[in-house]
Amino acid sequence: FHTLLMLQVENVKLLDRYTNRKAANGTLYLTATHLIYVEASAEVRKETWILHHHIATVEKLPLATAGYPLLIHCKNFHVAHFVIGQERDCHEVYTCLLKLSQPVKPEELYAFSYNPKMSKENREIGWKLIDLKVDYQRMGIPNDYWEITDVNKDYEVCNTYPPEIVVPRAANKAVVIGSSRFRSRGRIPVLSYLYKENNAAICRCSQPLAGFSARCLEDEQMLQAIREANPGSPFMYVVDTRPKLNAMANRAAGKGYENEDNYDNIRFKFIGIENIHVMRSSLQKLLEVCEMKSPSMSDFLTGLENSGWLRHIKAVMDAGVFLAKAVKDEKASVLVHCSDGWDRTAQVCSLASILLDPFYRTFKGFMVLIEKEWIAMGHKFSHRCGHLCGDPKEVSPVFTQFVDCVWQLMQQFPCTFEFNERFLLEIHDHVYSCQFGNFLGTCHKEREDLKIFEKTHSLWPFLLQKKQELRNPLYRGFTAYKELQPNTLPFSFQFWCGMYNRFDKGMHPKQCVLDHLLSCVSQKVKLEDSASELENKLPFLDGPLPSDACPLPKVGPAASKTPMLNTPQGYEGDPPPALSNGAAGGDEDVLSDVDQRNKENLSPHQDLHGDTIEVLDSEAKEGKPQHH
Amino acid sequence: MEFAELIKTPRADNVALHRPFYPAVEGTLCLTGHHLIFSSRRQDNAEELWLLHSNIDSIEKRFVGSLGTIIIKCKDLRIIQLDIPGMEECLNIASSIEALSTLDSVTLMYPFFYRPMFEVVEDGWRSFLPDQEFELLSSATDEWRLSCINKEFSVCPSYPPVVIVPKSIDDEALRKVAMFRHGSRFPVLSYYHKKNGMVMMRSSQPLTGTNGKRCKEDEKLINATLRPGKRGYIIDTRSLNVAQQARAKGGGFEQEVHYPQWRRIHKCIERFNILQESLIKLVEACNDQSHNMDRWLSKLEASNWLTHIKEILTAACLAAQCIDREGASVLVHGTEGTDSTLQVTSLAQIILDPRCRTIRGFESLVVREWLQAGHPFQQRCAQSAYSNSKQKWEAPVFLLFLDCVWQILRQFPCSFEFNEQFLIMLFEHAYASQFGTFLGNNESERSKLKLPQKTMSLWSWVNRSEELCKFQNPLFEANSLVIWPSVAPQSLQLWEGVFLRWNRPSKFLDEAQEEMISIIKYNKELQAKVNALRRQLAELETDDRMQENL
Repeated sequence: FHTLLMLQVENVKLLDRYTNRKAANGTLYLTATHLIYVEASAEVRKETWILHHHIATVEKLPLATAGYPLLIHCKNFHVAHFVIGQERDCHEVYTCLLKLSQPVKPEELYAFSYNPKMSKENREIGWKLIDLKVDYQRMGIPNDYWEITDVNKDYEVCNTYPPEIVVPRAANKAVVIGSSRFRSRGRIPVLSYLYKENNAAICRCSQPLAGFSARCLEDEQMLQAIREANPGSPFMYVVDTRPKLNAMANRAAGKGYENEDNYDNIRFKFIGIENIHVMRSSLQKLLEVCEMKSPSMSDFLTGLENSGWLRHIKAVMDAGVFLAKAVKDEKASVLVHCSDGWDRTAQVCSLASILLDPFYRTFKGFMVLIEKEWIAMGHKFSHRCGHLCGDPKEVSPVFTQFVDCVWQLMQQFPCTFEFNERFLLEIHDHVYSCQFGNFLGTCHKEREDLKIFEKTHSLWPFLLQKKQELRNPLYRGFTAYKELQPNTLPFSFQFWCGMYNRFDKGMHPKQCVLDHLLSCVSQKVKLEDSASELENKLPFLDGPLPSDACPLPKVGPAASKTPMLNTPQGYEGDPPPALSNGAAGGDEDVLSDVDQRNKENLSPHQDLHGDTIEVLDSEAKEGKPQHH
Repeated sequence: MEFAELIKTPRADNVALHRPFYPAVEGTLCLTGHHLIFSSRRQDNAEELWLLHSNIDSIEKRFVGSLGTIIIKCKDLRIIQLDIPGMEECLNIASSIEALSTLDSVTLMYPFFYRPMFEVVEDGWRSFLPDQEFELLSSATDEWRLSCINKEFSVCPSYPPVVIVPKSIDDEALRKVAMFRHGSRFPVLSYYHKKNGMVMMRSSQPLTGTNGKRCKEDEKLINATLRPGKRGYIIDTRSLNVAQQARAKGGGFEQEVHYPQWRRIHKCIERFNILQESLIKLVEACNDQSHNMDRWLSKLEASNWLTHIKEILTAACLAAQCIDREGASVLVHGTEGTDSTLQVTSLAQIILDPRCRTIRGFESLVVREWLQAGHPFQQRCAQSAYSNSKQKWEAPVFLLFLDCVWQILRQFPCSFEFNEQFLIMLFEHAYASQFGTFLGNNESERSKLKLPQKTMSLWSWVNRSEELCKFQNPLFEANSLVIWPSVAPQSLQLWEGVFLRWNRPSKFLDEAQEEMISIIKYNKELQAKVNALRRQLAELETDDRMQENL
């Protein structure tokens, strides 16, 4: 513990975000990787862990009576409000955190020091767990129309694409190279998903450098090759996921969109998903709503509307649905792009794949999908998540929106995903945690340069270890459902409290159906084992079992093991409830000598007695609340 | 009156029925005295739709050439469309439906004609009698008594014949208190909290008027529920402003000087037309599929439905908190004490009392706190969200209560013996039913209508195992805890099972429900099997040992 300890501050309070109950004193520790707060006086040892990489902002607030407040916002939507006794301490913590939360060099990222004490072989096996070639094989590629080419092996075609890409056989090297010169950053059209049933394909690229009149024969040939790789359809869609106005503005800069007259048999379509800057400010507004102190229903709904967040989620979903329908119902191939083809395009292509193919709704499939459409194709995780100190305007919740869309699908189709909500949250956590190598850097080439395959671990084997708690007990298996056709009417979209108010446990249902069912599932295995064991011991038993079974012993669900967070929550002045601040999850192993961490963050039962009387008293005086 | 007179065209052929998410079906439409019946002609897959006329909230007709279209909007929020060839037939059918769905005499309603096709095991009219309730209470305390003061409904027309009052207050005093309370609704026991002996009472507003009238008996009555030196809380479901205005009309609230041992808290639960308008707006928003996201959210917000849910739940939680956490007795009232008061007292009991979270217990709660307590169901549920009449007595007070229960159920999914379907079923029957349970506005009216003799009780039907199994929550595990729901906006949701029920396909959600049930059922069977095997093994082993001993 102490070898890693960088700073220790006594006399620190962690305020509860909502109630005004007196916070207990505790100790704040800074280690190389985490901020750890231990509440001293609690009956249950209560710890809060925050990974430095998860910290989005640290603010010093004006002096309060209790001391010097420090407000920390995390990228996983955890908000921690500390009050530190001494100004000097507060400032020291503040400057330390500023430095620790914004590493400058990639080598400072957690993944490079993270050591789960795993053998080299196992680490390497971990990186080989996801093999994109296998996924293309699953789609039947290579076949008569599509091939895997290493034309980009030295990143000559496109330095943000992986070395191996899938292009139409009909597109020879000259076409590929020619097309790459006509596409922004050389991001040529490549295959994202092939719908085997009818040969319709989803392809992706960046915007063409069309300007007002430029054209490129090879690019036109490339699109023709894609269209002809699907002989069943006389046309193909070209979908620009940007709002038309944005796309037109790009023409002035020599970029833009495809001219329908120049390409044979394409149907061009805009789907207006807003850009990263709009999305960033939308999330900011949403989080402000989530953080409001005792909002009325109106405040909340108006804030939700004004944030535009659900509007954007719906736009992404609408686009995904359009792609899936084009492929399945119209049997047409689709080429998708936005500007650079690494944000909106990634969202839309991966969502369409989930809608079309049940494989991507399994653990393995979802990992493949993220590796394929996001990591390999150069979604700039490092910039979008702000892993390193850099341009704040590059940060945007593009991946968060994708995860939100998947969650929306889970709500509409509860039996179709192999994994549950927690799997999404785990992945979302680790996209920001920099604990594993997968999401570091901006593209495959950069990850190679960083030597992440040699120096870091892959996330996926770690998630698979936790499969039992991340699985969906209602999953009906791979073959139960094929394509999904979600309802995209506005009322089908919900605010995801489990994500954006994830650490405000008081807002969540107090009993968890998922836990209950998971414990049923694990119990089932045990019961089946003991049933067959008993049957073996009774070799002479032939007849039917007696049906008058004795009274059932309690089938104890997990719910009864974890006490309910169940206290009244100041209904008289309605500050909304929230009982605890959670710890950042997923970061095992370091500081193993610290007492067992209490990740549940059980808060001791609150006694609202004192506060309540006070408020009740003041309200009772002819109903005029007095402000203390 | 003969229904035949109202039915101008009893039958039409080649009618097309349109419902959301189903292909149109062609068939025959028949009108009977109480039902609209549609049956498809297809032999392979005959489909029938039976709709109670009393379930019809409004009807619209349109004509294109000689093809008439009737759009029927139901109180359960469903909308169906019938295409009827022939203008005359269509007009006749429309006017017949209109007449049959707006009968003004209660005794012409279907419950008076309904003959059950099931065997009555238990007469629901006798399932929840006040004596039984009092017996339960007597086992815990002897400070209360059953008073028959209202035997002929002579003191309070909206109270049941027997009520529970403090033992120390005699009927003479009750009579005086009744004079001092709006509609004679003197304070009566609503709930006794066994854990600490605290109680919740309910009443109507005191008639203090502008000059602050007082009634010593009233003060004595409610003080009788206080422990020495302890303080009680009066929860007035109106804002202070509204309560003050009520004085001008002879109403008012308990003043500190006369009730020094009581702290009064004002909450603001809306009433009547405000709630009705809220429902109309909400359903309008849910039915309009042309909305974009912003418009949907702003319409949802403007309906204020969830605001009402939050207000009601907050008040109920406060009442529960006073009783359980403050260890204080509580008196709840608004103006009449028949609407918001009952929402608060019944929800507080669901929070406090595990019994109310069982099926039987919840039924008993509805009987005690709504039917016997005199919630005017007939007035409130005469029309639902599609009404265009401007009558002022309709209000979705009971639906709001059910919605609040659903919110708590969603937050405590393992604490209720019943499921969402049970609540939806009660919503449907409150608005239109073959049973007499929700007819009339109070016990006095029900007794005059001789409902227990002439109609079937909803409970007779529900409490048979065939029906009950549909309403059981597979996750239920009895717990004796007080359950404190969150009232944060993030924790409250639109009740999709009611408001989006007809607007979206439910296949995938139903399948999830089935899956959940089968997982739990399988585990229980497995457990039973393991237990049986263990027992058998144990028996064999004892046999062996006995043989060895021989």
